[in-house]
Amino acid sequence: MKTAPDSYENKVLDPNMLEQQAFIQQVVEDLLKEARRLGADAAEAAASQDAGLSVNVRLGELETVEYTRDNNLGITVYFGKRKGSANTSDLSPQAIRETVGAACDIARYTTDDPYSGLADAGLMAVDPPDLDLYHPWPIDPAAAAEMAMRCEEAGRGYDARIHNSEGASLNTVAGIHVYGNSQGFIGGYPSSRHSLSCALIGRDDSGMQRDYWYGTARDPSRLTPAEEIGVTAAQRTLARLGARRLPTQSAPVIFRADVAPSLLRTFVGAIRGGALYRRASFLLDMLDRQIFPSFVRIHENPLLRGGLSSSPFDNEGVATSAKNLVSDGILRSYVLDSYSARKLGMQTTANAGGVHNLAIESGERGLSDLVREMDRGLVVTEMMGQGVNRVTGDFSRGAAGFWVEGGEIAYPVEEITIAGNLRDIFMGLSAVGNDTDIPGSVRTGSWLIDQMTIAGD
Amino acid sequence: MTDTLAIARDLILSPHGLSETDIEQALSLLSMPDVDLADIYFQHSRLESWALEDGIVKEGAFSIEKGVGLRAVSGEKTGFAYSDDIDRRHLMEAARAASSIVRAGQGRHIAVKAAARTAPLYTFDDPLRSLERETKIDILRRVDAEARKQDPRVTQVMVSLVAAHEVVLIAAGDGCLSADIRPLVRLNVSVIAEHNGRREQGGSGGGARDLLPFLLDGDRCLEFAREAVHQALVNLDAVPAPAGTMTVVLGPGWPGVLLHEAVGHGLEGDFNRKGSSAFAGRIGERVASELCTVVDDGAMPGRRGSLSIDDEGTPTQRTVLIENGILKGYLQDRLNARLMGVAPTGNGRRESYAHLPMPRMTNTYMLAGQTDPAEIIASVDKGLYAVNFGGGQVDITSGKFVFSASEAYLIENGKIGRPVKGATLIGNGPEVLTRVTLVGNDLQLDKGVGVCGKEGQSVPVGVGQPTLRVEQLTVGGTA
Repeated sequence: MKTAPDSYENKVLDPNMLEQQAFIQQVVEDLLKEARRLGADAAEAAASQDAGLSVNVRLGELETVEYTRDNNLGITVYFGKRKGSANTSDLSPQAIRETVGAACDIARYTTDDPYSGLADAGLMAVDPPDLDLYHPWPIDPAAAAEMAMRCEEAGRGYDARIHNSEGASLNTVAGIHVYGNSQGFIGGYPSSRHSLSCALIGRDDSGMQRDYWYGTARDPSRLTPAEEIGVTAAQRTLARLGARRLPTQSAPVIFRADVAPSLLRTFVGAIRGGALYRRASFLLDMLDRQIFPSFVRIHENPLLRGGLSSSPFDNEGVATSAKNLVSDGILRSYVLDSYSARKLGMQTTANAGGVHNLAIESGERGLSDLVREMDRGLVVTEMMGQGVNRVTGDFSRGAAGFWVEGGEIAYPVEEITIAGNLRDIFMGLSAVGNDTDIPGSVRTGSWLIDQMTIAGD
Repeated sequence: MTDTLAIARDLILSPHGLSETDIEQALSLLSMPDVDLADIYFQHSRLESWALEDGIVKEGAFSIEKGVGLRAVSGEKTGFAYSDDIDRRHLMEAARAASSIVRAGQGRHIAVKAAARTAPLYTFDDPLRSLERETKIDILRRVDAEARKQDPRVTQVMVSLVAAHEVVLIAAGDGCLSADIRPLVRLNVSVIAEHNGRREQGGSGGGARDLLPFLLDGDRCLEFAREAVHQALVNLDAVPAPAGTMTVVLGPGWPGVLLHEAVGHGLEGDFNRKGSSAFAGRIGERVASELCTVVDDGAMPGRRGSLSIDDEGTPTQRTVLIENGILKGYLQDRLNARLMGVAPTGNGRRESYAHLPMPRMTNTYMLAGQTDPAEIIASVDKGLYAVNFGGGQVDITSGKFVFSASEAYLIENGKIGRPVKGATLIGNGPEVLTRVTLVGNDLQLDKGVGVCGKEGQSVPVGVGQPTLRVEQLTVGGTA
């Protein structure tokens, strides 16, 4: 067996990517072989190796240079219907033996679970498509620092009230991920991810505010220009200065596009198999029933080329495909892995590990149109805390944003909460904006909700 | 006293063919002429976890995490590299990469020596081996049975048990070698209760830097089961929480998450050096009522947030943050202490060898006051009594913080009334403690399940407080 390719000089652009992939694939095969040797009836294993560079600058000076380099391997073994798992960051042959041994040892103590096991062999991604996810960035620390400095400088120079900075940071990572199981499936692919972010602090007579902005992409050439990120961070920070509180009241609420993904993720959390078979979801037994107004369509597209969350197969090797979770406002699919599917008497939806490239169909109007339609209410631009009860759907979170009067933004607000029940919030969605130009893997415009409780003074 | 350094050497250096000469050479590569601070952090952690659900032990997992992280600091600049492979070649490569932030030159020779010993605050024994596997499984089953027998409305019980053993070896830039052997155990139980078509959840748990029998002492683990069921049943009867600004009485113990969010993060040295905290430049000013004294104490024996030495080798201590309402001090790691011209406080912490250290809290709590907690509740005409919380969050620049109640009651005419649904409470960090008007004599620390996240790094922490009466907190209900 070869040792892993590694060197700090060429880590970002690895000219031996195929060799590295072969090495990781061999690690997975060795894991499965060792599991068989120890008498496991079935096994599945995953291994990954990533390397990257992270550079931070602050106030025009280099602050940190981090060389990142992460290995991981994990194995799950099945003895009949009993299972055991183990993982390690060490990819050496000795570590493989020890890790598989530990998983087998664990499986002696777990209980028979009739629902446990691998996903059906017939569902495996036999011929996974190339999704164009690998665009390594051979940038050196000096060039990365220069780009981050341009980003921060554009933001700091935008307005005199930007008096301080938490800095700008450029991150790049590339690596290989391989999954295999004892049914003969093995698949893997390289991927890369790059991001540039900036956080700025502004001040006026009312006090200090901080905000940030970022860009992220698989391909560095598709990253938002550095100066644009810096300027957006400055604009977002300045817009918060002079924030006031609000009186306690009920009012319509717009979740701006950059906070709306949080609502979509909460929705997905409630239709995940694990929450459903535990009866720990506010969307229990809602399949084929209306949970959003009829104009709403929510879908995932795992096979999007170059997508930030694209994947040709899920964490069990099951081939992924595009599907609607909601159409005509009706819940069309749960989000299941093979275990939760068996518990529910259903079929896996290729969502072991989560959803990929989640999106809600956007409307035709922009944010300013939604603000005009709302006339008087709250635009939420930040949410704080974890106040979401997945079992009941009760929602209560800290918020900051803008108050709207006469269809126009009147002033920034902070130190308030917004509350309601998610079933009502979802049914109260009256429009989705076309302002989908937000970073990240979730695609959505702003959401206009007919009414929520705002707590303040 | 046990020689933790010898144990760490045997576990981390010898098996990988490393000697003190290799450490000296790596330190020398890090210590280029312009470098002010350097260190090497070796880590070897093992973790075992078990999970029960539907009455059966469904999952068990074992993991090993090991590696080494090297850092070179020059002024405000830091170079950092790490490796999962602990061997000579990777050590030297990482040292060269980390020191590449400064101009190359002749590294200083650093002689390695043992640091002054610090008395350990916890056992060096291995929690993973502190009970037989059968006994671990039996704990899960007993907790499950205890929860189910409380009430027929309990429909789901999930129990998890985690034991971790972490050995760290730190070579500071001056050549001082120190080591720490850190046990950590935790049990969590969460339940779903269902009645008349309504479902609610409840949760509890606890842990310590101790061995697994800690969870069995006084049937502690069964108490967690009863608490989780109690919380779920209370919530089955809960009515919508009020919305608006009102007097809030916070129970003792875990509600101290208030202090962690409202003041703790804002007093971390990095944010204050950079001027990004709402507390920056306010030492000596009044930031709380004179009833309030808040400390961070990493040196409490066996607590989840405790460390014998921090992740930079500095012995932990009790740091007074607020004394009788006056802001006294910040929490410091080495880098920020040096740049601010103060001494480190033993708060330099990192999630692992693959992360850079920064100032973090340990066990943060408010000292007890004079008032009987029953009197505090009786003093409120109309308000909220919040006894249990989920997590919280803070914007350290604006000072705004939230924390979410998971068990709360109305107070009416000085009496505890109906339970209300969970609600988020929001306030302004530099102001909220000035509105503390009564402090109970019932200081409690939390049960040992806290995790703090900062800049993507998670570390175990503790919180605590006595019962507090706070005026004019905003409660985010719907009623």
